[in-house]
Order: sequence, then C-alpha cells, then structure tokens
Amino acid sequence: MKKPDLHLLGPLVALIALVVLGALLNSAFLAPANITNVLARSAFIGIIAVGMTFVITAGGLDLSVGSMAAFLAGITIIAMNAALPEIGENWGTILIGMGVAILGGIIAGLVNGLLITQARIEPFIVTLGTMGIFRSLVTWLADGGTLSLEYGLRTLYRPVYYGGIGWITWPIIVFAIIAVLGEWTMRHSRFGRHVEAIGSNDRVARYSAIDVNRVKLLTYLLLGLLVGLATVLYVPRLGSASGSTGVLWELEAIAAVIIGGTALKGGRGRVWGTVIGVLILSLIDNILNLADLVSPYLNGAIQGVIIVLAVVLQREKRAADER
Amino acid sequence: MSILSLQNVSKSFGPIQVLHNVDLALEPGEVHALIGENGAGKSTIMKILGGFLDPTDGQIVLDGQPVAFASGPDAEAQGIVVIHQEFNLASDLTVAANVFLGRELGGFRLNHAAMREQTAALLKRLNTTISPDAKIGRLSVPDRQMVEIAKALSRNARVLIMDEPSAVLTHREVGTLYEQIDRLRAEGVAILYCSHRLDEVAHLADRITVLRDGRVVRQALQGELTEDGMATAMVGRELEDFYPPKGNPAPEAALSVSGLTVPGRVHDVSLQLRKGEVLGIAGLVGSGRTELAEGLVGLRSATGEIRVNGKPVRIDSLRDAVLAGLAYLTEDRKEAGLLLEKGLRVNLTLAKLEKFGTWRIDTRAEDKALARATQDFDIRAKDSNMLAGKLSGGNQQKLLLAKTMLPEPEIIIIDEPTRGIDVGTKRQIYAFIRKLASEGRSVIVISSEMTEVIGLSDRVLVMREGRLAGEVEGDAMTEDNIVRLAMGVTSDSGKAA
Repeated sequence: MKKPDLHLLGPLVALIALVVLGALLNSAFLAPANITNVLARSAFIGIIAVGMTFVITAGGLDLSVGSMAAFLAGITIIAMNAALPEIGENWGTILIGMGVAILGGIIAGLVNGLLITQARIEPFIVTLGTMGIFRSLVTWLADGGTLSLEYGLRTLYRPVYYGGIGWITWPIIVFAIIAVLGEWTMRHSRFGRHVEAIGSNDRVARYSAIDVNRVKLLTYLLLGLLVGLATVLYVPRLGSASGSTGVLWELEAIAAVIIGGTALKGGRGRVWGTVIGVLILSLIDNILNLADLVSPYLNGAIQGVIIVLAVVLQREKRAADER
Repeated sequence: MSILSLQNVSKSFGPIQVLHNVDLALEPGEVHALIGENGAGKSTIMKILGGFLDPTDGQIVLDGQPVAFASGPDAEAQGIVVIHQEFNLASDLTVAANVFLGRELGGFRLNHAAMREQTAALLKRLNTTISPDAKIGRLSVPDRQMVEIAKALSRNARVLIMDEPSAVLTHREVGTLYEQIDRLRAEGVAILYCSHRLDEVAHLADRITVLRDGRVVRQALQGELTEDGMATAMVGRELEDFYPPKGNPAPEAALSVSGLTVPGRVHDVSLQLRKGEVLGIAGLVGSGRTELAEGLVGLRSATGEIRVNGKPVRIDSLRDAVLAGLAYLTEDRKEAGLLLEKGLRVNLTLAKLEKFGTWRIDTRAEDKALARATQDFDIRAKDSNMLAGKLSGGNQQKLLLAKTMLPEPEIIIIDEPTRGIDVGTKRQIYAFIRKLASEGRSVIVISSEMTEVIGLSDRVLVMREGRLAGEVEGDAMTEDNIVRLAMGVTSDSGKAA
C-alpha cells in the first residue's frame, strides 16, 4: 500500500555495494571484531547526526557540534577528577561526569538556539561563533595539552565504550535506540511534523499557529543533548580530551545527513537516511584501511566525491519526480 | 495582418491533451483578452506564445512566417515580452538593476547613471513615485507589478503578453495600467491580456477569446459579449445568481473590537461583528486591512480590547486566537497558506495536529479527515497523494479553506477569498461563506474586488490609511459609496477631501 521511499533507495544501494566491495577486498572485513569496530566508531557521529537531521530539516544548521563535544569531554573529565577525592573511585563519580556532559550539552544547545531564535542571527553565523568559542575553551582548559581522566576512574569507566551485550557494544546499542526514536519522532510525532513544516516554509508554519521559535529552539536543545550523550560514550574510549578532540565531526555529521537524503534547505528529514549516511562514511574509511588499493590518506577525497555525487543524484531524482 | 498567431495549435503533456486545435491571432494595435476558468489552457497558450513551450501540433506564425522559438529569451529578442503573474524580479537588486537585468548598459564598467535615468523616465511614464534606486524587496506588491510593467516597456515589445496584471494593483494603479495599455495600443503593440475580472475585459478588450477545456468556445469583438455572456461561455452553463442571498444576522455581537492599534499600520479601529453576519472590509491595497486582521489574530503585535461573545480575551499569538475560536485565512496562499511541497493530508491537518493523537499522529484519522474535506469542499485532486503545489489555484484555495475550518472556528476572517480563482470556484466559495454564516458562525471578508464585497456582505466597513473611513449597509452598499470612502472623497464633485 505504501510506496517505498525512493530517496532512501540510492543511499541503501550504495551501502550494500560498499559492504560487498569490502567483503571481496578483505576477508577480515566481515569478522565480528571489525564490524563492531566500524559500528562503534560510527556511533558518536551517528548520534550527533540524528540530532543534526532535526536541525537541518527545520531549516537550521549547527557547525559547533565537534567543538561542543570536545568542550563537553573536557568539562566532564575535570568534573570527574574534581569529584574523585570527595566521592571516591566509584560509579557515583562517573554518573556526575555523565550528568555534566548531558546538562552541558543541553545548555550549549540552549545558547545556540536562543541566539538563533531570539537574537535572530543566522544559524551559520551563530554556530560558527560558538564553534570557535568551544574549541578555544577546551584548549584553554587543557592549557594547550591534554586533559586526562584519573587512571582508576578510566578503568572503571572503560566498559561503557568497550563492553556490551556479546559483541554488540554499548555505543552501538545507544546509537540504534537513538536512531529508532529519531525516526519515530520525525515520522509520527507532532514535533517531527512541525519541524518539516517549518523547514518547508516557516511563514506557513507561523500562519498555522505553530510556535516556530519554540520548535526551532527544541531542535538545537535536542542536538545539544545528543552531543552530550555522544560525549558520555566517547570519554571512556581514550579517557582524555584535548584541543584536537572531535575535529571535523560537524562536517561528518552534516555530510551524513545530506548523503541520507535530507534536504540541506530543510523541509524533508530522513533519519534512516542519516544512519545509512553515517555507515557509508565509516565504511569507506574502514575499507581504505583494510585494503591496499588506495592510500588511506585519500579518505577525505573519496568522502568528498560521495557527498557531491549523493546531492547530484538526489537532484536528478527530484527533477524526474516533478515531470 | 496579424503579428503573431497560433494556427491549429494542440498541446499534450504525456497522454493528457490540454489544448485542442486553438486558433488565436494578435493584431497590431489591439488588446486581445483571453479568458477561461483555471485549467482551461490560458497559461499553456501564454507559454507557447512566449517561447517557453513548444506546441505538439500546429504552427506559430510570426509576421506571416512559421517560427519555432528556442526559448523565452529567443522570443523576447523578437519583440514578444511576457509579464508573468509570479514576478521575475531579484529582490536584493535595485529597481534600475532589475529593469536592465541581462542587458545592462555600459561595457566592462556598468553605466549606472544611464540605467537609472532611463528607468526613472519609464517609471515617470507610469505615474509612479518609485525610486530607481529602491530595492525590490522593500517595495509593495503593487509597486513590484509596476516595475514588471516598466521592465516590459523597456524591452520595446511588439507583442505584450500580460497575465492578470491588475490582480494586485490598487484602484488608482489600475487606472494607470489602463492608460499605459491604451498608449501601447495606440503605438501599434499587440497585447494579449489574461484576466479573471470580466468588467475589466469588457472595458479594455477589442477582441475576446473564451477558452474552455483547452478549446476556443467563443471569439467576439468588443461589445458583442456582456460580462454575463462571458461567464456563461467560460463555464458552459447559465450562471444563475452569482452571489448567494443575504442572511439575517442575529443582533448580538460575536466579536467586538475596540481601539485596535497595530503600530504604524492600523490606528484605533473599533468594530462589531454580529453572529451570523458576513462583514466586508474594503479599502485600497495598503489601507491596513490585512494588518488589522493579522493584529486581531495575534500575527502582529497590537493593542486594544477584543471581546468574543461578550467575554474579554487576550490574544498574543495565533494560538490564543485559535483557542478563542478565531481563524484567519491568509491572502498569500502560496507563501503563508499552504506547504506547496507537501501533500494534501499534511497541509489539511497542520493547524490542528493535536486533534490527531497526543503522541503518535494517527495518519488513518488524517486520511479520513482528508476524504471528508475533499468531499465537503469539493477539492478536485488527481490523487490524494499529490503535492499541494500541483493543485490548481481554485483547489488550493478550497484546501486552504478546509484547513482553516478544521479547528471549527466560530469567527472566520478571510482575506481575499477568491484571488486568482476561476468563476465556477468563486461561486462555490461564496456559497460556502454564506453557509457558514447561516450556521451561526460569523465571517469577515476582506477583498479588493468591489463587486465581491458588495455581493457577499451584509455590511461593509471601509478602511483608509489605517483607520475606519466609514460603514455602508443595505442600499448604500454601492461601488460608488465605497470608492468614495476608500479614497477619502466626500462630495459628488469628486474632489479629494
């Protein structure tokens, strides 16, 4: 009865092709260890990209997420180290750290959202500004070096990244849950419908008694919250943060959203597409590392080609639809 | 001999034939009116003449020679200029830059002075006070239309194709437009004039072609067809009374407004809307009618006292207005009314989504609501999954009406209920508005079409420069009286007060 979403078909075919290619090039590709590795690494960008899908669909943009993640990782580590003497080497300290990351993410999203909706500054400008601010703050907090979690806490916190159910680690599980919730929210909730309406034409949304500013603000809050969540999963991986943490994450997240078929100008959001986009980007990286065909240094170039190609293909699809 | 003509032209899009053997000849020094309901094929004919579409069959003949235009610019190079209904102006550029867009004067360095001078001369010819240095984005819609016309004039057109040029103009500007058309006609330009306003066609046209379902059903010279005759030919059946009979409103007020002020736009307006009444608001474009409505429903910040059924209400946002039982149907269907890139279902329920589930939107209930609305409002859609932007203007307006009525408002403010809509649909919308009133709801109709305000309303308020200029009722509801109030003319001498 329902037509399959053709916008998803292209990215999906590309993803399957990549998996087949990977399997042909290297037998280690399909080993559970490698798949776990690829998925877990996708999780950070993936969780952020789901939030980014909402922001972009509502006609906005957030360039600050990479720096925000680095900053949140920084204050999380500082908070946990500070709480260690008081509370001790236990999960209480780690929960405080998680709370700082999530709350910090929400506040950071609030700052972006309020500047955009209340001060009426272009999202590009606002988040370009906060991107610089967050990056600079974390570098300053680390005094140009690296902020490291105390050894004991690191050992305790480690399983949050490396542990899980069987070979499915926690980041993968969280990413999957966020993706499902995100898709549901975009497709079936009033919030998702309003987000698409605002991105499609915010004047029509306003004339339909939708509180446009509130919905836009909520998209930035949601994204901030998800960046916080990604940070919670990222900190136990290395147990440290520095000025170079999360560099270019914003671009990877935006690229994943676009590859997945969400329109950059807003109005059409595809959370499943975003998930596929994230996987495509990670797989390219993984395949280049496993196979010796092309230098891994060309990873960025290939990703760039894919992004441009994805947009061109979608435009031709659209033109065909309109005929 | 005619300058440009279509001979036996047919046009198909895929399996659907939209034009059947059309013959149409444009003579120098003649205004040729093309009328027909929406979807009759007018815009296809304009696009073929303007070089934007090729005919499937038949010939375009220019100066006695068969031609095939490669593109719109190709046709324009041969002196055929189209003024589109949707403006093709770059809103961040100045008026002068737009008039000369694509054929700027000067070499590597643009000759700004010459372009400004020539633009000023053209605008002066059009009796406007628009500055050549003004940015298009800052101009009012009627001013933009005048710039479009100036741009066409600067092209030295031999054939001018105008698509509803008067739809957005005020009374005074329409006068100027007619003068310019007369002047162009005297200069030997052939003009094809598309319009929904039959009074204007009767007044302007030397020759009239009536289209119905892609066929020419009638061609007549000036004076051979009355407005009634045109309407009948367009619709293909007799139109009985065009406007529904008036109602009898209850004495109590459904809505009373006192001292409503929208800073800079509307000053101290007080009005009462009775239960079951259709209240017209007339006035020139820019007299503050839309601003009054938007202030009333919380889309603009306004001060003043509003009472609904005698109870004072506070309206700070459209949401407050909806809760108080008010609804506003915008004049700007395409930019503020409907999401053109979304389907009918999404559009219908957008203003009242909470009706379809607390957490999960119940799409089945939405589909049912759409099926009901399609029937109640006679929305003719090829299939229910199509995009709103693909509907014809009249069906878009019906969908917008359905969307506005979904929250079941008691007081409905409709801004330009029938702009750019064909005769048949107009009549349906009039009947619908009257039905709302007879069910005990109250309606305010804002309109620039004089006959519409008079034909539809029980009472008419006239606005001028942001204030209420007067009120007419019963036999006093005449075009003459309303225009006088709208223009601020008091006595019969016709002098401005």
